[in-house]
Amino acid sequence: MIPELGRFALVLALILSGLQAVFGIVGAGRSDERWMAAVRPAVAGQFVLVSTAIGALIYAFVTFDFSVFYVASNSNSALPTFYRVAAVWGAHEGSLLLWAWILAAWTLAVAALSRQLPASFASRVMGVLGIVSFGFFLFMLCTSDPFVRVPMDRIPADGRDLNPVLQDPALAIHPPLLYTGYVGFAVAFAFACAAMLEGKLDQVWARWTRPWTTFAWCFLSVGIALGSWWAYYELGWGGYWFWDPVENASFMPWLVGTALIHSLAVTEKRGLFKSWTLLLAILAFSLSLLGTFLVRSGVLVSVHSFAADPSRGMFILGFLVVMIGGALTLYAWRARELKSPAGFEGTSRDAFLLYNNIFLVIAAIVVFIGTLAPLVNDALGMRAISVGPKWFTITFPVIMLPLLALVAIGIHAAWKRGRLADSRNRIVAGCAIALLAGLLVVYGAYGPGKFLSVVGIVCGIWVIVSSLFDPVDRIRRKLSLSRAVIGMTIAHLGLGVGVIAISTVESYTVERDVALGPGESLSMGRYSYRFDSIGPVDGPNYEGVRAQITVLRDGRPVTVLHPEKRNYWVQRQTMTEAGIDSRWNTDLFVALGEDLGAGRWSVRAQLRPLVDYVWLAAAIMALGGALAATDRRYRTRSVASEAAVTAAEAT
Amino acid sequence: MTRFVLPIVVFVALAGVLFLGVRNSTNKGTMPSALLGKPAPNFELPALGKPGETVTLAQFAGKPFVLNVWATWCVACREEHQTLLDIASTKAVTLVGLDYKDKDPEALEWLQQFGNPYDHVAVDAEGRTAIDFGVYGAPETYFIDASGRVLYRHVGEMTPEVWRREFIPRIKGTKR
Repeated sequence: MIPELGRFALVLALILSGLQAVFGIVGAGRSDERWMAAVRPAVAGQFVLVSTAIGALIYAFVTFDFSVFYVASNSNSALPTFYRVAAVWGAHEGSLLLWAWILAAWTLAVAALSRQLPASFASRVMGVLGIVSFGFFLFMLCTSDPFVRVPMDRIPADGRDLNPVLQDPALAIHPPLLYTGYVGFAVAFAFACAAMLEGKLDQVWARWTRPWTTFAWCFLSVGIALGSWWAYYELGWGGYWFWDPVENASFMPWLVGTALIHSLAVTEKRGLFKSWTLLLAILAFSLSLLGTFLVRSGVLVSVHSFAADPSRGMFILGFLVVMIGGALTLYAWRARELKSPAGFEGTSRDAFLLYNNIFLVIAAIVVFIGTLAPLVNDALGMRAISVGPKWFTITFPVIMLPLLALVAIGIHAAWKRGRLADSRNRIVAGCAIALLAGLLVVYGAYGPGKFLSVVGIVCGIWVIVSSLFDPVDRIRRKLSLSRAVIGMTIAHLGLGVGVIAISTVESYTVERDVALGPGESLSMGRYSYRFDSIGPVDGPNYEGVRAQITVLRDGRPVTVLHPEKRNYWVQRQTMTEAGIDSRWNTDLFVALGEDLGAGRWSVRAQLRPLVDYVWLAAAIMALGGALAATDRRYRTRSVASEAAVTAAEAT
Repeated sequence: MTRFVLPIVVFVALAGVLFLGVRNSTNKGTMPSALLGKPAPNFELPALGKPGETVTLAQFAGKPFVLNVWATWCVACREEHQTLLDIASTKAVTLVGLDYKDKDPEALEWLQQFGNPYDHVAVDAEGRTAIDFGVYGAPETYFIDASGRVLYRHVGEMTPEVWRREFIPRIKGTKR
């Protein structure tokens, strides 16, 4: 009964989201207050219904209802409760449901917090979100129903189990965070579409849109970092980023989203870049949609997705065409009417933010090309060319390093009229400090490394030093610091930390693949890894082996690592659990490879300096974003005072 | 004002490429196999429930056969089982089961409970032969002709329609 209730709730949610779209958009077009008044109840009702649906699926998982095909395919009676809940988003159908639920939650938040917006605008925003929801519900009900039953006489005694790769705490919470980020860009997208429908886009609009976009970006940052961290310790490859299509799919919206939050800043402060901001808002969400679907549809990673249903691919494409094509048509038609009032000089902050946008968008295009090239090749029937990690590792630093220098310089520029000469001292001082500190760190702590890494470390320090000048100066002069400025500073510090960490890891990682037997050891610099013993280990739904490896530094033991190799019973899949000791300046990493017989194993041992700071950097950036998005001006002002402020700023 | 129209133009072009990509993957029907038209990988596996006996590729020399990859843990295998029983009753071709990453007692119990459509069942406990065939997951079904070449691969559940449309013509073709 419960699964049928879930499906019924989805059908009702489909209808309500359709009404939400019609009442929201048509109602605003006809200025019909009664129609517009129906939008918020529709949003609330839709949220309740989607919650019912996802609740029904969770219930089916928790109660081992293997008569539901999706549960039978992704759960097992030996699966612990936590993973049974997480298994809801362990495959395509449930992921879509989670997506739809998060969208309903964001829409509810918009409905609750948009009362001070003009009624027609708020109702258009929710109307556009209604279209997105409608598309998702239709997609789910037509091609990806999570509530399909196994025929009565064929109900399996036990389930197929959740993919062991996904049986990990970080990966259990990674998709919800990532989706919250993706879906958050739907709000920015809806704001953009509403502005185009309204034919009006001003600084107030940017002020409404900014906090939503920044929050979405924070979630996306943390989500991506979690996924990367998971790949590091669970896949046993020992890296933090593999330029895998699935990773790239989440990275593209992040890059464009980063461009968008900076472009929005210019639109809010100066009323410039209006059409560009709109385009970025459309693009960020388009890439989120594309990302969700590329990962799940099997169009791109066809080898990674089992028996992808071709009808899904076509539906997805149709949906993309309607949503993105519709928004871009609207853009072609309406964006030209949005005039930017004033110009700016080539060395003003406005200009630097434009350069920042250009670099970020180019970076996104580079990732896009690298990710989709195999697909394009396939579509045009050309011979498969491989666009491996090499494409990215060569092109990416070339784009990113100039961007960092621009950040370090642009931070000092003033709005509208920037005279770099005014801040020459700061620029020169920052650069000098960075060069000195960078070279000191590089040659003092690590020794000569790759040229680009050294440049990266220097740039990272430069960004940190530069972003501290202004806040420190203000504190010294006992001036107040707004939360927005503190947030921005922290986010830029995070960027600097991340760049330093990535540059260091790229250049100074030590990696060895060797065969070791009990009692043997391997030395790497001042560290050595001693293989003590190996023995069996049993888990709730797997069995495996576990090694004990002692790490010594200068001959003294510093830690004991326990890498494992697990065999999950039901899916017959072997998983590696790396043994990792995270120290403040380096990660000691060891993973088991193959059993070579006679007690000997192939072992992958690594020293990765500063690798944890890559993920820490993402957390710092997200913290900065969250602070900036909760600045007082977004929280308290009413429409009237906003208008007054805008008027005052305009004069 | 081309700069406002440009995004939609680029998007339309991209959508066209995506369309071709999706259609291509549809045209391929299921998944292409690198083995199509090539000799089937050799195998010699224990026969299920018959200690000491083996099932080998060599024993089918000169005789076309259908290889069905299945397992007791696989939900879709349960789904296609009736279809396989129906196929077996027509005696159109030799049906060989490849019991993939499974446990023997459970597999025997399954065949006893639901009926055994297979003329031979090979046990691939480690999944090595499946890897040689490029099996992605159970169920999968291959048609191998009298000269030992792989002529067709079907990924996923076997249905009467797939059998009629893809397998029967090929089986008839090789007999002629």
